[in-house]
Amino acid sequence: MNGPAAPTTVPDEVRGQTPAPSFGPPRRAGVGGTGGPGLPRKAAASVRRVWHQLTSMRTALLLLFLLALAAVPGSLLPQRSLNPLKVNEYFTDHPSLAPVLDRLSGFDVFGAPWFAAIYLLLFISLIGCLSSRVRWHAKALVGRPPRAPARPSRLAGGQSWDSALTPPEAIEAARAVLRRRRFRVAVAAEGTTRPDGSPDFSMAAEKGYLRETGNLIFHVALVFMLVGVGLGSWFGYQGTVLVIAGDGFANTLVSYDQFSRGRLVDPAGDLHPFSLTMEQFTASYQPNGEPADFRAKVAYASELDGPIRTAEIRVNHPLVIGSAKVYLIGHGYAPHFVLKNSDGGVVWEGYQPCTPRNAMFASTCTLKIGDTGLPATGPTREPQQLAFNGVFTPTTRLDPAEGYVSTHPAANAPGLTLTGYVGNLHINEGVPQNVYSLDTRDMHQLRLDGPIGKDRTAQVLALNNPGQRTVTGLPGGMSLEADGVREFATFQTKSDPFKGWVLAAAVAIIAGLLVSMRVRRRRVWIRARPEVGPDPGTVVDAVTTVEVGGLSRSDMDGFATELQAIADEVRTATADAGRTRPQGSDPAPPSLRALRPTARPADSTEQEL
Amino acid sequence: MPVNSGFASLSDHLLGVTMVVYALAMLGYAAEFAFSRFGRTSGELLAVQHRTVASPAVGVLVAAPDRVPVTVGADATEADASGGGMVGSGPTADPAAVALAASRARSAERVAEQAALAALMAGDGADPPTPTRALWVGRIAVVLTVLGWAAHVGSVTARGLAAGRVPWGNMYEFSSMITLVAVSVYLVMLTRARVRWLGVFVMLPVVLYLGFAGTVLYVAVGPLVPALNSYWLKIHVVAAIAASGVFLVSAVTTVLYLLKDRWENRLAAVAAGRADASAAMRTRGGIMMRLPTAASLDRLTYRVIGFAFPVWTFAVIAGAIWAEAAWGRYWGWDPKETWSFITWVIYAAYLHARATAGWKGRKAAMISLLGFSALFVDYYLVNLVISGLHSYAGVK
Ligand code: HEM
Repeated sequence: MNGPAAPTTVPDEVRGQTPAPSFGPPRRAGVGGTGGPGLPRKAAASVRRVWHQLTSMRTALLLLFLLALAAVPGSLLPQRSLNPLKVNEYFTDHPSLAPVLDRLSGFDVFGAPWFAAIYLLLFISLIGCLSSRVRWHAKALVGRPPRAPARPSRLAGGQSWDSALTPPEAIEAARAVLRRRRFRVAVAAEGTTRPDGSPDFSMAAEKGYLRETGNLIFHVALVFMLVGVGLGSWFGYQGTVLVIAGDGFANTLVSYDQFSRGRLVDPAGDLHPFSLTMEQFTASYQPNGEPADFRAKVAYASELDGPIRTAEIRVNHPLVIGSAKVYLIGHGYAPHFVLKNSDGGVVWEGYQPCTPRNAMFASTCTLKIGDTGLPATGPTREPQQLAFNGVFTPTTRLDPAEGYVSTHPAANAPGLTLTGYVGNLHINEGVPQNVYSLDTRDMHQLRLDGPIGKDRTAQVLALNNPGQRTVTGLPGGMSLEADGVREFATFQTKSDPFKGWVLAAAVAIIAGLLVSMRVRRRRVWIRARPEVGPDPGTVVDAVTTVEVGGLSRSDMDGFATELQAIADEVRTATADAGRTRPQGSDPAPPSLRALRPTARPADSTEQEL
Repeated sequence: MPVNSGFASLSDHLLGVTMVVYALAMLGYAAEFAFSRFGRTSGELLAVQHRTVASPAVGVLVAAPDRVPVTVGADATEADASGGGMVGSGPTADPAAVALAASRARSAERVAEQAALAALMAGDGADPPTPTRALWVGRIAVVLTVLGWAAHVGSVTARGLAAGRVPWGNMYEFSSMITLVAVSVYLVMLTRARVRWLGVFVMLPVVLYLGFAGTVLYVAVGPLVPALNSYWLKIHVVAAIAASGVFLVSAVTTVLYLLKDRWENRLAAVAAGRADASAAMRTRGGIMMRLPTAASLDRLTYRVIGFAFPVWTFAVIAGAIWAEAAWGRYWGWDPKETWSFITWVIYAAYLHARATAGWKGRKAAMISLLGFSALFVDYYLVNLVISGLHSYAGVK
């Protein structure tokens, strides 16, 4: 990076106002196919005006600001797509505000119609802007650099000198120099004349077309990326499933606990038919309880009757099966419960996953047992179903203030604090229930016997100690034992067939951007004219004035140096002779020149322009 | 991985050393500024002001719309042309001529501007004269910056060795790295151009940043949480840190631009007799005079942002790739992602603004500051206040 003293840059006025040295596309008149012949003139004109307005840089700027602004509430309000529970909390905390925000899509900002309106407008503007820029750039790519201005030496950093070569020879020599420097060069055809009728000996050279190419690639890639993101959301799906070590799932709609899919996904045919079993789950932690590593050992078959293979799924390392990827996104504990009747016969047994609550994996467990075998009681014949609420603590300690807590996330001393209920769970009534929460409306709390004494509302079990892990005193003389714990993992299956597309667009975005920010577009013009003698009209034999000038579009250093180098080379190539004028032969700025209009008689002809 | 406590405490000590040395360097740069102000009487100062105003450099800059002097140039050419009895073209016939004249006028102004600028910027003996004392203080400040930088590199390296991983895994480490990048950028600029004047303005935020990092954000050395343990992390975070360090420099130059721009406008008002030089101008003038022209600060900002923007774009994309590997979606509008996006869009708007007539200068500067504010929200408010999946701040 260079200092603040940036040398020559293109004067904006020159860029914006004149045809020759301007780099911008020609002022667009009537872009696109709007305003067909059938439309009334006025309407066509106003459509065209709106289109112009929309595809202008100023509108793009405004829409970019709007887009940034519109994204802000998405980070301040809880979003359904990220955390639906927080949205529910928000509704509880702000009962009057939340519904209003909800109607304005405040909890779904990035799917909101107004958000879509902004980015769609931006992309329409972009496409409109691009269509003309691409056409214009394509023309520039196959066309010739614009013709030299009358006095190239008057551009910033321009210079002129005398040469003994004839004008065509001088131009040829200059052409060779610029070709060697890989400029695209166009020499004025023989016989071309200037507006005043004098022969035109000039050439125009241009380099750095890649800047605009890169810029266009960047913008086009933006459009492609948006299209890829959109298609991905139509053709993609995702499912989340909780798997206890030893269990598995198949990639079908019904296997998942949660499933969502794009509107063009056919759940019968588009889901890759794999099945997967988690054989083992290992978590390791730092001594202070911070997580170090999680890995799930799985066996899977990628086709219905395909061979079984094994793999390891870790955070950051999903399993790829066809277009689907299986991610490990969470884990936790599932204690094993056995409900026995008074004879010691097993009534129910199973693993119950508990929801982790904190970093030390204290987890909430909810156990619902509908089929207890107990007779219905009372005049309304209420069923005697059992339910337990519990807190599972993998490394259990008794904290004087907070009771039983977990001090480490590994299951070193698994404990369970339980409360029990009996009554009507209202399951099997056709209304779906959250398995992780308990509705105790029609239940009453049990007094439990167990390790910490008799007739308590809560019992504390130590799962590793066979003598301290059974709750007794349940209705009908039943007992509940928590005789072990397994880890579970949460897997997410994701399929987005357009991910590769989006990635390719992202690569193009970066490539285009780098090219457009690094490459300078610059033009160099060289004009030769026969030197005029002291008496106006007499041409001095074989003496030529050579003028060099150039423009660079971007605010970049280095063009001044490059132009100087080019001028030196051209000067050497056209040397042989001549009284070389000092660099910048015309040192006085034009404002001063106005005060001495005819310093040299020759000026009168040089001013032909 | 076991933590090497020897390296860990070495890293902490070195960071302390870094902060002290940077603070001293900052004082040095500040003193150099202050000394050059005391070097002249206010009368001399105003004389210098008038001289500067008279030069075309400031003249063109203070006449806020760039077009005014240009039109003068164009008119002159026309007068010139018709005075010379130009063949076959009316006064406004050839816009190229107008453009050429305009460009010529601008180039002359540029040259004068460069000269004035060089004079104003030169820390060593040029106009305005800097007392030798101040020069030495400035040189010592540079040496201190280099020493502080070395300690800073040592601190970051020791941190990495202590943890046995890359030293950018939590906010404390990010902040240390960002300031390291900013100081490195400044040192590199120093080797290319006379930008010692920038020293105090870079070191001030750096010292504040480091102080904040060392107190509020500090966490003991530890391993990475599993979600961060990926080579995409290294790539993504390195890019994000590099871009942020460079954006920090651009924010500094933007603020300086705004100050200098205001000063130049005031100066123009004084020169035009519309206002009297205020007491503030007399006392603080020395400092403002030493800054480059507003126009060059504006260009410098553009160049710095132009460098950082592709890096930031890359960082966001690398982050998306990492998110895809870790969470199965490349973009989920997590607060961190949302604010990276907002930052990106605002800086894209800045680049557009620079290309749009009428949005250069002060409006563009506002966008640049807006972009930096969004970056700040992204780094600090999102981690500390709004939480999301990216809650790896390690701040408890
Ligand atoms: C989707 C939103 C857009 C984004 C994120 C975006 C981003 C950018 C960026 C980063 C640059 C700087 C690249 C460079 O200087 O080479 C740029 C330049 C440019 N953009 Fe966009 N752009 C967007 C939409 C548009 C639209 C709608 C237009 C048309 C009005 C447009 C026209 C341009 C032009 C003409 C340039 C070149 C500016 C120059 O000459 O420096 N862009 N854009």
